[in-house]
Amino acid sequence: MNIVGWFTDPANWSGSGGIPVQIGYHLLYSAIALLAALVIAVPLGILIGSTGRGEAVVAGFANALRALPSLGLLVLLFLIISPVVAGKLVYILPTVVVLVLLAVPPILTGTYAGIQSADPHAVDAARGMGFTRSQILMRVQLPCALPLMVSGVRSSTLQIVSTATIAAYLGLQGLGRFILDGRATASFSEMAGGAILVALLAIVLEFTFAWIGRLIVSPGLRRTAIKSTSPLETSVTTVTLEKSP
Amino acid sequence: MNWLSSNVDRIISLSISHTWLTLVPTVIGLLLALPLGWWAHRSGRGYAAIVGTAGLLYTIPSLALFIILPVILGTKILDPLNIVVALTLYTLALLVRVVADGLGSVPHDTVAAAEAMGYRGWQRLLLVELPVAVPVIAAGLRVAVVSNVSIVTMAALLGIPQLGSLFTQGFQLRLYVPLITGVVLCAVLAIIFDGLIIWLNKLLTPWRPRTVTS
Repeated sequence: MNIVGWFTDPANWSGSGGIPVQIGYHLLYSAIALLAALVIAVPLGILIGSTGRGEAVVAGFANALRALPSLGLLVLLFLIISPVVAGKLVYILPTVVVLVLLAVPPILTGTYAGIQSADPHAVDAARGMGFTRSQILMRVQLPCALPLMVSGVRSSTLQIVSTATIAAYLGLQGLGRFILDGRATASFSEMAGGAILVALLAIVLEFTFAWIGRLIVSPGLRRTAIKSTSPLETSVTTVTLEKSP
Repeated sequence: MNWLSSNVDRIISLSISHTWLTLVPTVIGLLLALPLGWWAHRSGRGYAAIVGTAGLLYTIPSLALFIILPVILGTKILDPLNIVVALTLYTLALLVRVVADGLGSVPHDTVAAAEAMGYRGWQRLLLVELPVAVPVIAAGLRVAVVSNVSIVTMAALLGIPQLGSLFTQGFQLRLYVPLITGVVLCAVLAIIFDGLIIWLNKLLTPWRPRTVTS
């Protein structure tokens, strides 16, 4: 059991299976999944937020997904896809689909809750000033929605980064490789090294998002964002309560 | 289907260990969260510190925590105690904030009325504030227990037996039956625990109107 030794061994830092390369793979999978989730969830969230329809469906979907273990989902998708798809895609596709499925609900909830949380007086004022429907959306509702959207993207990212670890189970790269290869060769220091790297990555991302949140949220919202009304508060709680696996 | 009939005993024992691995941490987490949440509710600085630490703890991926804990606890990697401690920490991290917010949601009028009727200190906390906060705590507990059911399955990657072992088996054998059995049983456990909390919540708050809370 020599974790420090594993971290200081130069052999673990170089080559195609080294720490920097695996961090790169881990971030690459995560970025692809996050991008796909954003493309799906943000427009859908805007639609739900401005029409007020479909909230119950999304809430039900998010709840069902929380109860569905991601490892089970990953293997299930693999078994479904494997007879149809050939090549390396058979491992990549189920992984990306699982990551996207997990990442969509928090972003979706954050977006529509954020749009709905926009102060109705501000929206009315914008309408009175002659803003068109899309101008209200782009210049009033979306900026007001940003704090909740960022919080949703934060939840999604952490969910993706921790679930990307199990991509290694299907044979893909990423930090999960160290954990599973260490398990297979009974090398506890390699397992622990991988685990510490994943945990550090998650914590670094958490701080990055806290910083981004402070950077891009309009100063005019900062005071009101803290003191929120009760329906908003419940939606904030549902966003932040999401536990990544 | 042959697989099912020849594996009934194993499926039952996996379900039982899954139930323990989920319930024990949920209950211990709740018991620890009550005093800590109360303390966070009472002191403003305590709230920031506790909620901050809890949030950070919550971001650590479960598989990583399952492996890091043996280093801290000195346990073996296959010891189910690691899973219990990890899930207790997650449950505590989630509920401490819920308890603090729940106690904070008790209307001032209620507290003032209790005070006027002679409830003091501990009495007021245990007989008035805590019961009024039960629905909020129950809502948090539902999220915790349902997530715990699915987080436990991650332990299959380390080889600790519970329903997640059926997923890895399904992958190794390229077989749907064990996999689906595992997923369905996880969902059933989640629904049972969720229903149990809804029922307990109703039992503990008889004064609330009989409306469906989801």
